[in-house]
Amino acid sequence: MTKLNAKIPEGPLSDKWRKYRSTVDLVAPNNKRKLEIIVVGTGLAGASAAATLAELGYKVKAFTFHDSPRRAHSIAAQGGINAAKNYQNDGDSVFRLFYDTIKGGDYRSREANVHRLAEVSTSIIDQCVAQGVPFAREYGGTLANRSFGGVQVSRTFYARGQTGQQLLIGAYQALSRQVSLGNVKMYNRHEMLDLVKVDGKARGIIARNLVTGELERHAAHCVVLGTGGYGNVYYLSTNAMNSNVTAAWRAVRRGAYMANPCFCQIHPTCIPVSGSYQSKLTLMSESLRNDGRVWVPKSKEDVKAIREGSKKPTEIPEEDRDYYLERKYPAFGNLVPRDVASRAAKEVCDEGRGVNKSGLAVYLDFHDAIIRYGKAEANANGLDPNDAALVKKLGTKVIEAKYGNLFEIYEKIKGDDPYKTPMTIYPAIHYTMGGLWVDYNLETTVPGLFAIGEANFSDHGANRLGASALMQGLADGYFVLPYTIGSFLSKEIKTPPISTDLDEFARTESEVRERLTGLLKVQGDKSVESFHRELGLILWDYCGMSRNAEGLKKGRELLQKLKKEYYENVFIPGTMDEYNPELEKATRVADFFELGEMMMVDALHRNESCGGHFREEYQTEDGEALRDDENYTYVSTWEWKGDGEITEHREPLVFENVELKTRSYK
Amino acid sequence: MKLKLKIWRQKNQNSKGKFSNYTVEASPEMSFLEMLDVLNQQLIENKEEPVAFEHDCREGICGTCSMVINGQPHGPMGLTTTCQLHMRHYKDGDTIVIEPFRANSFPVIKDLVVDRASFDRIIEAGGFISVNTGQAPDGNTIPIEQDEAKKSFDAAACIGCGACVAACPNSSAMLFTSAKVAHLGYLPQGQVEQGKRVKRMVVQMDKEGFGNCSNTYACEAECPKGISVANIAKMNRAYFSAVVSTDEK
Ligand SMILES: Cc1cc2nc3c(=O)[nH]c(=O)nc-3n(C[C@H](O)[C@H](O)[C@H](O)COP(=O)(O)OP(=O)(O)OC[C@H]3O[C@@H](n4cnc5c(N)ncnc54)[C@H](O)[C@@H]3O)c2cc1C
Ligand code: SF4
Ligand code: FES
Repeated sequence: MTKLNAKIPEGPLSDKWRKYRSTVDLVAPNNKRKLEIIVVGTGLAGASAAATLAELGYKVKAFTFHDSPRRAHSIAAQGGINAAKNYQNDGDSVFRLFYDTIKGGDYRSREANVHRLAEVSTSIIDQCVAQGVPFAREYGGTLANRSFGGVQVSRTFYARGQTGQQLLIGAYQALSRQVSLGNVKMYNRHEMLDLVKVDGKARGIIARNLVTGELERHAAHCVVLGTGGYGNVYYLSTNAMNSNVTAAWRAVRRGAYMANPCFCQIHPTCIPVSGSYQSKLTLMSESLRNDGRVWVPKSKEDVKAIREGSKKPTEIPEEDRDYYLERKYPAFGNLVPRDVASRAAKEVCDEGRGVNKSGLAVYLDFHDAIIRYGKAEANANGLDPNDAALVKKLGTKVIEAKYGNLFEIYEKIKGDDPYKTPMTIYPAIHYTMGGLWVDYNLETTVPGLFAIGEANFSDHGANRLGASALMQGLADGYFVLPYTIGSFLSKEIKTPPISTDLDEFARTESEVRERLTGLLKVQGDKSVESFHRELGLILWDYCGMSRNAEGLKKGRELLQKLKKEYYENVFIPGTMDEYNPELEKATRVADFFELGEMMMVDALHRNESCGGHFREEYQTEDGEALRDDENYTYVSTWEWKGDGEITEHREPLVFENVELKTRSYK
Repeated sequence: MKLKLKIWRQKNQNSKGKFSNYTVEASPEMSFLEMLDVLNQQLIENKEEPVAFEHDCREGICGTCSMVINGQPHGPMGLTTTCQLHMRHYKDGDTIVIEPFRANSFPVIKDLVVDRASFDRIIEAGGFISVNTGQAPDGNTIPIEQDEAKKSFDAAACIGCGACVAACPNSSAMLFTSAKVAHLGYLPQGQVEQGKRVKRMVVQMDKEGFGNCSNTYACEAECPKGISVANIAKMNRAYFSAVVSTDEK
C-alpha cells in the first residue's frame, strides 16, 4: 500500500488556487499549436474542456460514442446548477458553498479541491449567460434562483426543468465553433476501447468506429477522460441507457487507480419498477419533496388490499397512514437528505408495507399541499375557503404551475393522474461519487492521463448535494483543467508528434481485437442484456442501499460465478466489422463485471457508514449512519492487478478548515 | 396483448432495405422501446439479428430515438417522443409499421438508425455566440426581460431529433434551423452576430440538401417539443435583412 500525494499547493485555503494559477508552468502560444490533446467524452465536462483547450490554441481531437455531442447523458439533468453568487443577498459565499459541500459529502472529500470548485462556480454562470443559456429570470430581468436539498441559501440557477439540456447545448455550441474554426477535430460514433501508454505516459487511444466497426489508433501528447459515471453497473438507474464505465475501466487496467468505487448515490424519488422488461428508471426531481408527503399504510391489511386493488390509497383514513419521515425526523421531515430518505423507504418496504405489486414503492402525496394552497388562494382572492371543490381547483393550479412538467412525465409513464391519486416512488441509483483518482491537477496515477466530470472522484465525498454535478463538470472543463494541464504539457514542448506506428499502438490494438473476437466467439445462449440485468440485481441486493460484510462476500462470489458464465454462454449476433450495438454492449458489460467486484471489495473494507455507503453493522441505536473518523478519514483507491487481484492505496484526508461533525436531521 | 410488427430492415447504407414481419407479446405498462427490447430479446434467443434502433435517455430529452410509427415520426401522441410513448395506447391485434426517418440528408446506417450529422454541421456553420471562456462579464450585467427569456427558451427546447425533417414533404430543416436562430436571436448577447449567423446557417442547410419550406406546417405538428413555425418567419425576416444589409458570406 502506498500513500498517494495529491499535490495540494501550500498556503491558506483561500489563496491556494489563486497562487497556483499565477505560478503553474505555462505553455507559450507557439508551443500550444504543436501539442495535441485527446478528449474522450463530450458531455458537460468533456465539451467544455475541448472547447476551452482549443480556444487556448491546443490541437484537440474529441471523441464520443454518441452520434452528436448534444446527446450526452448531461442533457437529462433537470434541477439546476449551484453557484456562490449571493445574488439573493441571503448570506451565501464561497466559504459557505465550500462548507455545505464538505458537510454534505460526509467529510470524505478533499478540502482544497472543493474550495476551488466553490471559487470558480461564479464564473461558470457568467460564461453560460454569455453563451446564450436561457436561465430563468426575475421580473426585473436579473437571474433567478431557487433552493435545493439540505442547504439554507438560494443559490441554484436553473432553466425550467431542463438545466442540463441548456448547459450542454451551450457547451456543444462552443465546441461546434471550435470545430468550424478547425481547432477541434470531432470524432462522433467512436468508442474508446483502450488507452495507449508509451514510456509510462498516456499517449493515445484505440477507438472503434461504431459505423464501420474498424479499430483506429489515435495519438496525442496527453489524454483527458470526461466519460461520465458508472451508475449503470446496476442495470436499472436514472442514467441514460448507454452510459458506461469502459473508458475509465480501461484506464484502470492500464494503471490508473479507482477511488471510493462503492460511493454511489441513490435518489429517493424515482418512478418504481413496474415489470421485468423495465429498461431504466425515471427521476422525479427532488424539489417535489417540498410539497409532497411520503407515507405507507400502518397496517398490513391495508397494504394487502391496495396490492389486490380492492382499496385505493385515497380511501385510507388519515389515522391509518404512517408518514414515516415526519415521524422519524421531525426537524427535517420530508426534506431529509437523499441518503436518509432512501434508506427509510427501503426500511418500510422491507417490513412488508410497500404499496405496489412488487412491494417496492411508497406514496408521495400532494393532497394536503393542494388543499393548503387552495385555501390560501381562496383567501387571497376573497373567495370561499370552505368550498371544497373550489379549493381543490385553485390548489391544483398552484401545484401545476410549480411541477406541471414532472406531473406530466409521471402521467405519461404510469397512466395515473398524480393530482388525484398519490404518486408511487422508490429509490434508484442516480450518480456515482467514486471514480478515477485524480490529484489537484486532475491528473490520474498515469502521467498524462486526466479525468474530469463525473468520471473522476474528486469533489463530492460520500454523498453529492443536488445541483453540484453540473457545477463540477463545467468547473473542471472550463476553468480548472485548461490551467492544470499545463503542469504536464509544459514539460512536453520538445516532444514531437506521437506516431501511431509505435509498437505500443500495434500491441494495444491487437489486444482490443482479441478481446472483441473472444466475446464474439463464445456463441452461447444468453443475451448480453440478460447478463447485465442479473449483474445489476446482485449489486443492488448486496452492494446497494445498505450493505453488510456477509452479503458483500456472498455478492462477490455470485458475481464471479456470473462473470465466468458470461464468458462461456453469452451470445452476440453479427460481426466486428459492422454497426453492431450488441457487441458495443458486450464490451461494456464485461468491464462492469470487473468494476462491480472492485465496488464490493471497497464496500467490504470500509467498516463505517458514511453518505451513500451504509454498512448495517455500523449504525447508531436508532438506525442512523455511524461514521468512523478515526480510522476512515481517507480516500480508498484501488489498483487492478489482474483477475480479481485488487490492491489498496490511500490518500489521507486532512481537515484544517472545518470541524468534523455528525450529521443529524432529527 | 399480441401485436403484429412490420419493421424496415436494412443491412447498411448501401444495401436495399425491405419490411419484415414479426409478432410480439406486449403489456400496456411497457414503453414502445421496451416492446422493441422484448422483440430483440426474442430474436437473439432465436439467434437472429436484432432490430437496430437508437435511443439513450428514454426520457424525451436527448433526441436520439428516431422512428416513424404508422406514418408518423415519434408515433401518434402529440408532444411525445418515441421513448415516451407507452403501449397502453395500442390494443391486442394491432398492426404497427415501423420505419426510419426518411430524408436524403439523413442516410440510413442500419435498420431504423439514421445519420443526422448534417444537423451538427448546420450548428457549426453559425449556431453559437462567439465568446471564449473567461471573457464573460458578470451574468447580471445583461438583464433579460422575462418574456424574451421565455421565447428564447421555447426555441432552445429543440432536442435536435429531426422529426420535423422526417415529417416535411420536402425534407426541409427550416424548423430546426430557425429554432436555433430564434433561441440566440431573442437574447441581446446573441443579436451581435445574428445577421452573419442566419446567412451561414441557411447556406449550410442548402448545402446539406435539405428542401425548401412550402408552409405545410407538418413539422410543427410532429415536433415533440412544440417548436413553433413562428420561428421560421422570424428566421426569414432575419435572413432577408441580413442579405440586404451586407454582402458578407
Ligand atoms: C436524471 C438525472 C438528473 C440530474 N439532474 C442533475 C441536476 O439537476 N443538477 C446536477 O448538478 N446534476 C444532475 N445530475 C447529474 C449530472 O447530470 C451528471 O453527473 C453530469 O451531467 C455528468 O456529466 P459528464 O460530462 O461528466 O458526463 P456525461 O454527460 O455522462 O458524458 C459522458 C460523455 O462521454 C462519452 N463517452 C463515455 N465513454 C466513452 C467511450 N468509451 N468512448 C467515447 N466516448 C465515451 C459519452 O459519449 C458522453 O459524450 C442528474 C443526473 C441524472 C441521471
Ligand atoms: S424542431 Fe422539433 S422536430 Fe425538429 S429537431 Fe427540433 S425538436 Fe425535433
Ligand atoms: S431516447 Fe432520448 S429522446 Fe428518446
